[in-house]
Amino acid sequence: MTGPRPAAVTASGWGWRHAGRRRWAVRNLDLSVPPGQRVLLLGASGAGKSTLMRGMAGVLGDQEDGEQTGSLLVDGRPPAQVRGRAGLVLQDPDAQVVLARVGDDVAFGCENLGVPRDEIWRRVDASLDAVGLQVARSHPSSQLSGGQKQRLALAGVLAMRPGLLLLDEPTANLDPEGAVEVRDAVLAAAGEATLVVVEHRVELWAAFMDRVIVLGEDGLIADGAPTEVFGRLAEELGAAGVWVPGAAAWRSPRPHATREAAPLLAAEGLAVGRRAAGSRMPRIVASGISLTVAEGRALAVTGPNGAGKSTLAMTLAGLLEPAAGRLRATGPLSAGLGPEPARWRSRQLLTRIGMVFQEPEHQLLTGRVRDELAVGPRALGLDDAAIAERVDPLLERLRLGRLAAVNPFTLSGGEKRRLTVAAALATRPRVLVLDEPTYGQDARTWRELADLIDEVRYAGTAVVFVTHDRELVDALADDCLPIGGMRVPEASR
Amino acid sequence: MSLPIADPAARISSFNPVAKLAATMVMTLTLLLSIDPVSAGVMLAFVLAALPFTGLGARMLWLRTWPLLIAAVLGAAATVLYGRPSGDSYLQWGLVQVTDGSLQLALAILLRVLAIALPAVVLLSTTDPTDLADGLSQLVRLPARFVLGALAGLRLVGLLIEDWRELSRARRARGVADRGRLRRFAGQSFALFVLAIRRGTKLATAMEARGFGASGARTWARPSVLRPRDAVLVLIAAAAATASATVALAAGAWTFVWAL
Repeated sequence: MTGPRPAAVTASGWGWRHAGRRRWAVRNLDLSVPPGQRVLLLGASGAGKSTLMRGMAGVLGDQEDGEQTGSLLVDGRPPAQVRGRAGLVLQDPDAQVVLARVGDDVAFGCENLGVPRDEIWRRVDASLDAVGLQVARSHPSSQLSGGQKQRLALAGVLAMRPGLLLLDEPTANLDPEGAVEVRDAVLAAAGEATLVVVEHRVELWAAFMDRVIVLGEDGLIADGAPTEVFGRLAEELGAAGVWVPGAAAWRSPRPHATREAAPLLAAEGLAVGRRAAGSRMPRIVASGISLTVAEGRALAVTGPNGAGKSTLAMTLAGLLEPAAGRLRATGPLSAGLGPEPARWRSRQLLTRIGMVFQEPEHQLLTGRVRDELAVGPRALGLDDAAIAERVDPLLERLRLGRLAAVNPFTLSGGEKRRLTVAAALATRPRVLVLDEPTYGQDARTWRELADLIDEVRYAGTAVVFVTHDRELVDALADDCLPIGGMRVPEASR
Repeated sequence: MSLPIADPAARISSFNPVAKLAATMVMTLTLLLSIDPVSAGVMLAFVLAALPFTGLGARMLWLRTWPLLIAAVLGAAATVLYGRPSGDSYLQWGLVQVTDGSLQLALAILLRVLAIALPAVVLLSTTDPTDLADGLSQLVRLPARFVLGALAGLRLVGLLIEDWRELSRARRARGVADRGRLRRFAGQSFALFVLAIRRGTKLATAMEARGFGASGARTWARPSVLRPRDAVLVLIAAAAATASATVALAAGAWTFVWAL
């Protein structure tokens, strides 16, 4: 099959401000991408990468949705007028599945573009092959793993035969193996099309790209071949929060507790699972887990998507009942209470086990950053003076001071993450459980979070973190517990 | 996770969803016109006689209908005790008054709820939402934007159930899950509302990026066609509706709801 004609992108003085925002998401952008070029688009959190991607895809909306300056054109025309020339794959696998069956979902874009029926199904099969998704057309899309869902989204876009392929952090939610699979599928299937990829993890893509563009607050910071940009500007880019391949890795600078450290939580033959809506028995996702969580030590839990890492984290944090086996709190952690964290009251958990969820938005309770930090101390019954004594230093330590009165929901991803970590620390728990603490963070926030977690551990807190991030494991962990060695098997066609 | 679940193996599943919807509506609307035991009884007898031909398992039917059965019985029992009194009185105790009229009304309600609910259960448990959307867009010509938007939104229901539980766990982790159940419920509902809007916005962007709402004509990958058997299904339903009304009229039992 002959590929679609590759598209060209030109921006001159382009800017976009979302409705209701004071700040411009993108400003003064001048850019020309010739047809067929493969571009890696970088920038710190909040630099406007996603806005630019949506702009090129023509889905930013009209004057009601925001204000535009200059021009952004695909093949010399406004992107919204040439729907189908650009195909966009987003970060969140769950947000992109439109229909219940795999084949129907891939066909959806073609239907919208008015492709004849016979041609649609030819394209559906070709696209599923191209991304290596070996399932039947009628396979339920809800039963795919995260990596498979991303490949499904890619297939849906490829079936539209776009000349411009836009990928906005397509592998951010995936385990390392899944990320490599999706990248290889992209490179194999992109053909002649122009390709623009946004990704924090630069080393995954850099070697396969013709050009690197770094977006700053005001236009471009850097633009050139990958080797040249990373060689010449490594330091500036690192400071701006861009992940530079080959940069020196950060390592915990503080002494670590020995193996004799006092144990706080011990699991033996533990099985974890969640109940499906309406069923009485939990569906076990991981079993046979034995571990010890000890004062001043950091335990990393790793494993592929769907292995049950988050479920284990919530079980350790006393938020889910163990499905089987034993989980016991010991020593000072259980003092005065029973040994099972899942039986403790919500308030009793506060000073014992703190949990930071993967999605910060699930955990935000108030309308102001400072109130958010005060939730825990207030539930403990502290008075205003004592609350201020705890909250104010945390605000400063995590660079949230100037945001104290801001609504937490309007913070950037990195700020939200720092806030939820700070909120868990405000009650000074003996055990801190973190679910993917560095997910989606730029290099600068990553270092801050890693340093903070290490500091908390050094102060005597037991830390458990669940992660795909190998660098974080190398930087912080005393112990590592890999779970679920089996990857989610793919159904055969 | 997505809602709802279809039983693709049942014989009735192979009919066009639009035909099934039309058949159900013909029967339901007829029954909604009158409140009398005769028309509902005839219809219920017909529905029960037709059930074996749908190919649905007895167990699955029972699982889906028992809540309705209980609701029907409770509704009927309340009507027996408190329904509008008329005719001979059998028992009177305070507000409770069991009369000929209330007994008849209760029977009518019991039969009616079952005769309306059973076809609806069959429709819902054997209809794939995607196929129904295809039919509504292509055959009934409802706007694709509306139908497909609703269809995609339906998929989010499963995600929102999981969101709700995650919100509950987060509140426990933050030390606020012990007290103020009512206030917490209100706060958590609002949080779910915010999450739902965010999920909806993301999904809308993803759909738009795939050309949804583009100006040109849309094509349909899955043709929704009506076959002779679909017409037969609707005709059978219409015949059952006519028969139930005719028998009720002949027996002098037919009572328009607005004449009550």
